[in-house]
Amino acid sequence: MTSVSANDIEFRSVTKLYGSVTAVSDINLAVPKGAFVALLGPSGCGKTTCLRMIGGFEQPSDGTILIDGREMNGVPPYRRPVNMVFQHYALFPHFDVEQNVAYGLKQARPKLAAAEISARAREALEMVRLGGFEKRRIHEMSGGQQQRVALARAIVNKPSVLLLDEPLAALDKKLRTAMQIELQTLQRELGITFVLVTHDQEEALSMSDMVCVMNAGRIVQMAKPQEIYDRPADLFVADFVGKTNRIAATVEAGGATLRLSNGTALAARSGLKPGAATVALRPEAIELVRQSNGSGSQLTGTVTHRIFLGSTAEYQINVDGLGDFLVTADRRSVQESDLVEPGERVVLNFDPGKVHVFPA
Amino acid sequence: MPMTTDRKRQLLTAALVAPAGLWLFVFLVLPFMAMVVFSFGERAPEGGYQPAFTFAQFANLPSRAAAFWNTMMIAPAGALLCLIVAYPVAYYLAVKSNPKYRLMLVSLVVVPFWTSLLVRTYAWMYILGSRGIPNLLSMIGIEDVRLLNTPGAVLLGIVYGYLPLMIMPIYVSLEKLDRRLLEASADLGARPVSTFFSITLPLSLPGVMTGVALVTILLLGEYLIPQLLGGGKVFFIGNALVDLFLQSRNWPFGSAIAVTLVVVVVIVLTVAMRIAWKVSGSRQVDLV
Repeated sequence: MTSVSANDIEFRSVTKLYGSVTAVSDINLAVPKGAFVALLGPSGCGKTTCLRMIGGFEQPSDGTILIDGREMNGVPPYRRPVNMVFQHYALFPHFDVEQNVAYGLKQARPKLAAAEISARAREALEMVRLGGFEKRRIHEMSGGQQQRVALARAIVNKPSVLLLDEPLAALDKKLRTAMQIELQTLQRELGITFVLVTHDQEEALSMSDMVCVMNAGRIVQMAKPQEIYDRPADLFVADFVGKTNRIAATVEAGGATLRLSNGTALAARSGLKPGAATVALRPEAIELVRQSNGSGSQLTGTVTHRIFLGSTAEYQINVDGLGDFLVTADRRSVQESDLVEPGERVVLNFDPGKVHVFPA
Repeated sequence: MPMTTDRKRQLLTAALVAPAGLWLFVFLVLPFMAMVVFSFGERAPEGGYQPAFTFAQFANLPSRAAAFWNTMMIAPAGALLCLIVAYPVAYYLAVKSNPKYRLMLVSLVVVPFWTSLLVRTYAWMYILGSRGIPNLLSMIGIEDVRLLNTPGAVLLGIVYGYLPLMIMPIYVSLEKLDRRLLEASADLGARPVSTFFSITLPLSLPGVMTGVALVTILLLGEYLIPQLLGGGKVFFIGNALVDLFLQSRNWPFGSAIAVTLVVVVVIVLTVAMRIAWKVSGSRQVDLV
């Protein structure tokens, strides 16, 4: 029986309890076929538990998980059409590279011919650019190479879903960037669903085409990376994904005016509920101008620190009445001269449309 | 004269190693050398040793073939039996038991060591002797069952006495086995039985080899269990040595047997280590 489903993975009100601790709370999630989804969140948010439930290493306490339209409750890992790249790779130390990759193929019943096993293992190793390393022992491989062996081992069985548990966490920054591109390429070549678990927002935003932000066992927002960044669903997402400046504010009666706690009034978007609110503003949404003439609704402040980063510079600015702000300035966007010096007075310009308002 | 840190460190190392080194030299190396010398000598007319250079003692080894044969058969067989009984226990302790009670359960394994092996083996003598199990069996009509003074009794005594020594190294190697490897195996489609034979067992092999080597080596020199439960019918090299040194006072011949035993042990140990290295693929095999 092959049921056709547009979704490779579906969570239907899935809850996972460990004793009295709720790890995952009533999650609904649908991952479309061929998607690259990132489960993003701080440690303890339940993302790894979700991944392990897909893999079959944990069973949901309540609710149902479907893979490819089939209910998976009670199905052991060895009967699921998914494979996993483990966090520290979990390569078998007593096997060589090819034996590690061939392991999944050797489990097939009816048995595959030895020649086919070897050919497919080598093919998988070629895909991760490890041709020629077949006979190496695992401990003779570098971290990046071990990562690729783990990948090859996981894709050799042609799973419908590949699970990746913090796959790049153990690599140095340069290798990580290279592997991000490789993983994307691999996903496109294989055309299968990837589910990535990470606490690194940059990794999630750069690789996936769908980001699922989790906090305290719940999904807070699921959207395309740009949308997560540009339109965070709540303050948690705004804080966790990228950097953000938080300002206490009040939406005035009528909802047309937003008054910051230092008294500055901003024109608010329509549809805001009057009352206390928190305003989030991205550091790069702010433009710095050397103070000249004071126009009423502007924020002004004094530069306290500057971190020069090459193409951009980060400023810490003590904004009058609001405290410290972080501003990332493209060097060209700082007018007159390319850098503002600590101690200088500046005006912070920003498009009110880029201000996110969350009810407090 | 001021000392460099390196020099100080060397002196400290030497000072720490010296007592054990001296001990080993005086009580192991020297006696062994004496034994090698004795083994090429002759028995003095009144017993003991007199200097000579002859291979007669080694040529005479076949006269104790039975003791060698018993030892070489029963020691590995006993170690193997120990292994069969110990592995499931160690597996349960390391993998399946509740971590909360694990330490307590593991310490129960060594509780028998609180009582002397001699006393515990005497207990088996009574259990297996005519007033023990055979007596109970005769009550239900099964007559003339002989348990004591058989190879089976010796094997039983061996498994009983040496089990903890087998459980511990296997437990240690299973305990440090990375559980994610088992998950990875299941993830790749291996059923639990397949995972056990492809992953768990090969990776616990260093512990298995340590246990087997440890128990086999100790059994090769075993004296007490064959004496008490074998009743002189199941005769080990250890028993032959006691006879030669204490009864017939033939020191050179006893030395030749002992030297031969040591050589055998070294060979067993080396082979076991090689196999464990090869199969587990790990550099570190903790043998004894």
